Amino acid sequence: MLADVSRAQPKLLLFAAAAVVLILLALLPSYISLYQTQLLTYGLIAAIAALGFNLLLGYTGLLSFGHSAFFGIGAYSVAFLLRDAGIRSMELYILIGLPVAALTSALFGYICVRHTRIFFGILTLALSQVLWTLTYKFFWVTGGSDGLRVGRPTLLAGMLTFTGRDAFQRFINGYYYYVLAVFAICVVIMWVIVHSPFGKALQAIRDNETRAAFLGLRIRRFRWVAFLISGTFTGLAGILWVPLNGLTTPEVLYWPFSGEIVFMTLLGGFRNFTGPIVGGILFTYLKTYAVAATEYWQLLLGVVLVLLVMLLPTGIVGAISATAAKLRWKEKPA
Amino acid sequence: MSILIIQILNSLFYASVLFLIAAGLSLIFGVMRIVNMAHGTFYAVGAFVTAWLVGRAIALGVPAAWTFLLIPVGAGAVALLGVAIEPLLRPFYRRAEEYQLLVTFGLLLILEDVIRLLWGGLPLSADPVMDVLPSIRFGGLIYPGYNLVVIAIGVAAAIGLWAVIYRTKFGVMLRATSQDRRMASALGLNVGLVYVSAFAIGCFMAGLGGAIIVPTQTAVLGMGIDALILAFVVVVIGGLGSLQGALVGALIVSFVRTAGIQFFPEIELAVLYLIAAVVLLVKPTGLFGTA
Amino acid sequence: MILLETVDLSKQFGDVHACDHVNFTVNKGEFLSLVGSNGAGKTSLVNLISGHLKPDSGRILFEDKDLTFAPVYERIRAGIARSFQIVNLFDALSVFDNVALSIFSRERKVVKIAALADRDQDVRREALDVLSQFGLAEKSAVFAGGLAQGERKLLDVAVAYALRPKLLFLDEPTSGVSTRDKTQIMDTVSSVVRAGAVTAVVIEHDMDVVFRYSDRIVMMHEGRFLADGTPEAIKANKDVANILLGAPLSA
Repeated sequence: MLADVSRAQPKLLLFAAAAVVLILLALLPSYISLYQTQLLTYGLIAAIAALGFNLLLGYTGLLSFGHSAFFGIGAYSVAFLLRDAGIRSMELYILIGLPVAALTSALFGYICVRHTRIFFGILTLALSQVLWTLTYKFFWVTGGSDGLRVGRPTLLAGMLTFTGRDAFQRFINGYYYYVLAVFAICVVIMWVIVHSPFGKALQAIRDNETRAAFLGLRIRRFRWVAFLISGTFTGLAGILWVPLNGLTTPEVLYWPFSGEIVFMTLLGGFRNFTGPIVGGILFTYLKTYAVAATEYWQLLLGVVLVLLVMLLPTGIVGAISATAAKLRWKEKPA
Repeated sequence: MSILIIQILNSLFYASVLFLIAAGLSLIFGVMRIVNMAHGTFYAVGAFVTAWLVGRAIALGVPAAWTFLLIPVGAGAVALLGVAIEPLLRPFYRRAEEYQLLVTFGLLLILEDVIRLLWGGLPLSADPVMDVLPSIRFGGLIYPGYNLVVIAIGVAAAIGLWAVIYRTKFGVMLRATSQDRRMASALGLNVGLVYVSAFAIGCFMAGLGGAIIVPTQTAVLGMGIDALILAFVVVVIGGLGSLQGALVGALIVSFVRTAGIQFFPEIELAVLYLIAAVVLLVKPTGLFGTA
Repeated sequence: MILLETVDLSKQFGDVHACDHVNFTVNKGEFLSLVGSNGAGKTSLVNLISGHLKPDSGRILFEDKDLTFAPVYERIRAGIARSFQIVNLFDALSVFDNVALSIFSRERKVVKIAALADRDQDVRREALDVLSQFGLAEKSAVFAGGLAQGERKLLDVAVAYALRPKLLFLDEPTSGVSTRDKTQIMDTVSSVVRAGAVTAVVIEHDMDVVFRYSDRIVMMHEGRFLADGTPEAIKANKDVANILLGAPLSA
């Protein structure tokens, strides 16, 4: 009994903190500029992408350099649905785009998880490159380097449309809450996944593949499912991104974009749950200001990545929790 | 028939370049057990440096024939770059693989942008070097003499590398260190020096690959990534850490690529990945792999 | 009743015959010790049976199933489990989670994505039960990487035991541990195993331990079986004594 209560307490604290953060996020648009709201929306979208990515890295131990493929598939699905089927409903974008992203992840995952870590990474890179090349080659379908335009979608099964007076302002605010809701749902789903028996098995496989096999776990299958979920989450981020951005180009399939996903996860910290979320949001702000400051933004990214790996391998959240643990230990020595 | 010969020669030409890149990658992995994600970018640097040097030399009025000498200079520059970078990677030799991949990926991002910074987004070419050598005529067809020289360089590199690794004292040191680092150190070998040398040689080979290909093919941004992927397909087939593997893998990949471009230009990449996947299924460590 | 039988099982590494046409039978309910000097082939035999290695020739039969080429997970599902000589745990997970995972896997609950692992009361109860049997219940919240060596060895066995196997292989469960801890570990292991009616095969070097706890002792030498019998029979066996003392074998 006592054991159950003491286990429950940190969880209650967690839920309380999460609720507070959610409320804060919900209140924010009333106090910040429209531009900031837009930026924060991008940040939440990046957080969803990173959250998905980290299921694979942090919890399964697989480092993918090709996650741009899923983001891009999500984005281009929306663009195609609009252009070829005239669909404007955000719900339909998600309903149709998600299975497309899932299918792609399933296929890519099937090819990639058969291989060891180094080759896994290269294979993910290679497959995303193939997708990028195809997007360029078949320019009459994909719009080539010009990309495809995506207008404002309708939200909540067509109930909310954004035309007429103040359309842009209403859209930014409305879309923010929409993304926030999806983000909250994603966080809950991912939290349940990593705390489920499945999630524990993934971590076991990550830590000790041999032992996990001797527990009767089918390693490849677990990795494949993790890959599938991971790619689908990142695909969802792509689906949410393109109506906000108004345009999708092949750049979103190109390898540096995969690098950005890796970077933001590392920034926040890949060894804990909230790291990717913090990293995604923080990165969005950093990138916006950095891109404005320098043309050689990729160079900066690379330098900071190297520094991160050297000095702060557990990321910002990891460093904070380590410092907190140290302080706690100092207060009451064992 | 002559077309077949041309295709074979083209394959051998491309195989030479691939061999250099893949052997460099394999050597670094074999000795130091690290996988350098930026290896393809070293190849790109070799191409850009050489093309730039050739351009400057021609502009300064140097006769075209002498520009040939700039190829080893370009490769050497990449080797120096490797020597400068190796200390950065030292803390990661014994850390988990993810960190190695991440830090070398960071290196990749940095170098790709440095290329852009130094030479802009414009492609650079080094045609004058190619024009130095006459074209060979046979059976009614013309083939660039330069390509034959590249094939010769590839063969020479394979033999040279084999000789160094298996016939010299330095090679013994390399092999000892790759098999058992601690033991080698206990026996008095300067492991740090061996590592730097291995890394420098590996980078030299990648740079040489870039240097010899740039007279026939303009240096463009992103060539490093494509080379990286192809180099990995080569080592997947041939086995990471094996010299013969790099040679055999390079030949296979090159021939498949040539055939693919001829008949199925769109899915040429897919055929390569298919071969790699099949090899991995049958023999997970590659044909000659030690990993 | 025969639980496991190997027929002419062989494995070679270059010139070394790790297992040389081994015919090994294990009877249900036995507590068997597998002994022999280093390189005799004990761990290879266990690796072959558990699926870590593929044999060159021969067959492995478990309860009428031919497991010779079965993948590891199939063997686990059939009822074989093992612990490791060099402790092999999930260091980043808690002691509790290490054991719970075995139970989840056994119950095929690892496919559950939509449920929280901590909420499963059946698994919790059983995991705590196993842990207390092995004397690790107080450490259940500690990370496996933070345990003392003796506790890690016990946990390694507990993780395998939690699979409720029919046949449990223990690879040197007392190696690397002080003499006092050895007895403690073997006491725990043997009592738990016997109470759970699990058939056990223990690879062991310490002959005191072997004689004290085993029903049956099998000695391997250079990939073959040299002796097989009760502790008394083995004690009386001259060849065994010679091997242990380093004297030449009788012809």
